Amino acid sequence: MNRFSMIGRRLTQAIPSIIGIIIVTFLLTRALPGDPAVYFAGPAADEQSIAEVRAALGLDKSLPEQFWLYLGDLARGDLGVSISTGRPVLEELATRLPASLELTLVALVFAIGTALPLGILAATRPNSWIDHLCRVVVTAGVSLPVFFTGLFFVYIFYYIADLAPSPLGRIDIYFIAPDHVTGFFLIDSLIAGDLETFRAALAQIILPAVSMGVFVLAPLARMTRASMLQALGSDYIRTAQASGLSRSKVLFAYAFRNALLPILTTLGMVFSFMLGANVLVEKVFAWPGIGSYAVNALIVSDFAAVQGFVLSMAILFVVINLAIDVLYTIVDPRIGMEG
Amino acid sequence: MKRRDFLKTSGLVAGVGMFPMLRHIPASAAGRDNTVVVVLPNGPNSMDIHRSGTNRPSYAIAVNVYDRLVSFGSKTLANGTTMYNYEDIVPELAESWTLAPDGMSMTFALRKDAVFHDGSPVTAEDVKWSFDRAVSVGGFPTVQMKAGSLEKPEQFSVVDPHTFKIDFIRKSKLTLPDVGVPVPIIINSKAALKHATEKDPWALEYMHRNPLGGGAFMVDRWDPGVQIVYKRFDDWKSGPMPGVERVIVREVPSASTRRALIEKGDADISLDLPARDFRELADAGKVNVQGAPIENSMYALGLNMNFEPFKNKLVRQAVAYSIPYKEIFEAAAYGRGVPMYGGKSMKPATIDWPQPYPYDTDYNRAKELLAEAGYKDGFEVPISFNLGFADWSEPAALLVQEGLGKIGVKSTLDKVPGANWRTKALVEKSLPMHMKNFGGWLNYPDYYFFWVYQHGHLFNSMNYRNEEVEALVEATLNLPIDDPAYEPNIKRMLEIAFDEVPLIPFYQPFLDVATQKNVKGYEYWFHRQLDVRNLSKGDA
Repeated sequence: MNRFSMIGRRLTQAIPSIIGIIIVTFLLTRALPGDPAVYFAGPAADEQSIAEVRAALGLDKSLPEQFWLYLGDLARGDLGVSISTGRPVLEELATRLPASLELTLVALVFAIGTALPLGILAATRPNSWIDHLCRVVVTAGVSLPVFFTGLFFVYIFYYIADLAPSPLGRIDIYFIAPDHVTGFFLIDSLIAGDLETFRAALAQIILPAVSMGVFVLAPLARMTRASMLQALGSDYIRTAQASGLSRSKVLFAYAFRNALLPILTTLGMVFSFMLGANVLVEKVFAWPGIGSYAVNALIVSDFAAVQGFVLSMAILFVVINLAIDVLYTIVDPRIGMEG
Repeated sequence: MKRRDFLKTSGLVAGVGMFPMLRHIPASAAGRDNTVVVVLPNGPNSMDIHRSGTNRPSYAIAVNVYDRLVSFGSKTLANGTTMYNYEDIVPELAESWTLAPDGMSMTFALRKDAVFHDGSPVTAEDVKWSFDRAVSVGGFPTVQMKAGSLEKPEQFSVVDPHTFKIDFIRKSKLTLPDVGVPVPIIINSKAALKHATEKDPWALEYMHRNPLGGGAFMVDRWDPGVQIVYKRFDDWKSGPMPGVERVIVREVPSASTRRALIEKGDADISLDLPARDFRELADAGKVNVQGAPIENSMYALGLNMNFEPFKNKLVRQAVAYSIPYKEIFEAAAYGRGVPMYGGKSMKPATIDWPQPYPYDTDYNRAKELLAEAGYKDGFEVPISFNLGFADWSEPAALLVQEGLGKIGVKSTLDKVPGANWRTKALVEKSLPMHMKNFGGWLNYPDYYFFWVYQHGHLFNSMNYRNEEVEALVEATLNLPIDDPAYEPNIKRMLEIAFDEVPLIPFYQPFLDVATQKNVKGYEYWFHRQLDVRNLSKGDA
């Protein structure tokens, strides 16, 4: 079986879980306490205006009927209209998902860029100062909550040292967002050839990305160190060394490649986790991402928005898992196309 | 190159787009003199105050981007803060107005030179359409209009292109002030009608995203959830030309970040910080903190009449004596408010509103009252508060719990998420003891009583009913304040409220705002949104 049919099969397998997620989120949002009609009718509404809002939201229909209508909308690619913002959920996700993804990816690049060298160095020199450094970083990373790191960085780098720009979201206040192509400001500004905006966007993203990155650095560095240690202690490395292969060849072509599988698994988990957990960083840095949108929607029982968020996250997870699986097969050809 | 020149040239180069000026404003201080940067936790979710679901921050759009017929003058408080003056109604889009000899209608003469943002003249047709819309769309705007006895389109008529008439259903002192609240905005009806459909005759769909006004500012750019950028409308005629050309309002959810931004000078105005931050900023003195007591508003404890012990007046009074008021004023308000406890007499001396209720912390008195009521051994009660207002209500609830403990009443804390609060507290009215924060737009005690003490009304979450209060509110609500019956009626209402205490006020909160020293023209408004029209930037 080739890689494409594997991807196809994986996607087919994802369909039942997505259907399940659709049903569960629909039921869960309906089970939320609080009445959105009352909430959105406003502070001084009377019975009649609440009823009007309820009808406008379609909440006066029976549950199965609401579900049927929801399915119909989904089939047409319509995620509904968010009642709190009055805009189509799809439009909201289209502007906010890239913001979150951009932040997460930059954070991930930072985390990988720091964790892998740190883990490898620690594994090749056990009990040296670098190993201890690795241990300290890992412990600090897991034990400091993200919002704390965020606020701490703002205090140090913005408030005291004046090195970072004001934590005002994706772009400085006097700049204009680049024209929307991908929704990633770093990419869009390059497409527009506007280096100044690129620099501004980059300056804005560094601090929040590092705050997030520090948190996920820990599992990555620890996993790198552990699996590198294991690989380095195995027979084939001894054989390779005995055969007189160069140190870097042994380290990267044999040890690291074999150590990569558990790291990839951790990476997949960490990525999904970051997408969901970055709401705190988003709040501190005024980042207009998907996490804060979802939390706000949840607070006001904004059904359509919550459903849209969960669904898009589910799809994203499926895609990420698939990507990781495909990467497995590249890293280790023994891993089954059977899968 | 001066900024103005820079803007011109880059405007020519860039040419198109929502923001035709430039990609960024030069960082030099001179480049930013005409721009005010505001940070707040939540921005508008709609451009249309008439839409159901429009949030409070959106009222700022109605204030800054639209005109009303009338506005309010201003006055300066003892602490130096400027606030609007509800006693002084001044022209906005209407140059003048006259009351008919029989007192049953009012005619407004509109400015003849006023234009909308698209350049078309403002006519009485537009005014009529706008008022019709406000009373017809239902929901909050219609309810607010009703408060001023503005109920149906037949009341509004066009006399000539620049004269608009309102027929009254009843004489009411609330009608003219209600014309000045953010709801009856004047909309460009010709432009709106182009987007109206049979299903949507009031163009709600279009106006949700596109403002169609003639106010002092235009919306230059709106990124929902991120920012709104106002640009001055240079052809505005309804008031003095605003002192700044551009106002950027950014959403910054974290209060700590908002505080850092104002302290570092990257924001000119920071709104909605916790009371504690405002106090610390005021003490530090680097920025100006301006606060005005929120009119017609009190943070208070509501006692539900459906809860058995609270049916007894003595128990309610006992609770009122067991509240550690001073500690609450310190720990919840951080002193940024006006105490509403420790009044001198059970009989009100004035009709000032709000005024301190005649209760103070007195545990012995409370125990006596409780024993007299037959609850010597106390009872158990949950104290509910809205998590959305946890910054003041959580410390207040904890202190109330402590105070109640001293008189033998056991209590538990019940945290209610924001979305449930309305249903539980206001609609079902099912919370035995709860934190309240109602504030009325129209600044009259009888208006407060109408919402909070009259039975069945939304904010009467106490299920309070007193026949005399019912009759007094009915009789007083529409009375002019110079009517001989007005003052005795209000005094009687207050006296009943003092004696029966279904509602135990703690303090009247401040609406605080932190501004840089060179930012002038901040004014407190009853709608609690930032009116950017009077702002200017000068030397510190």
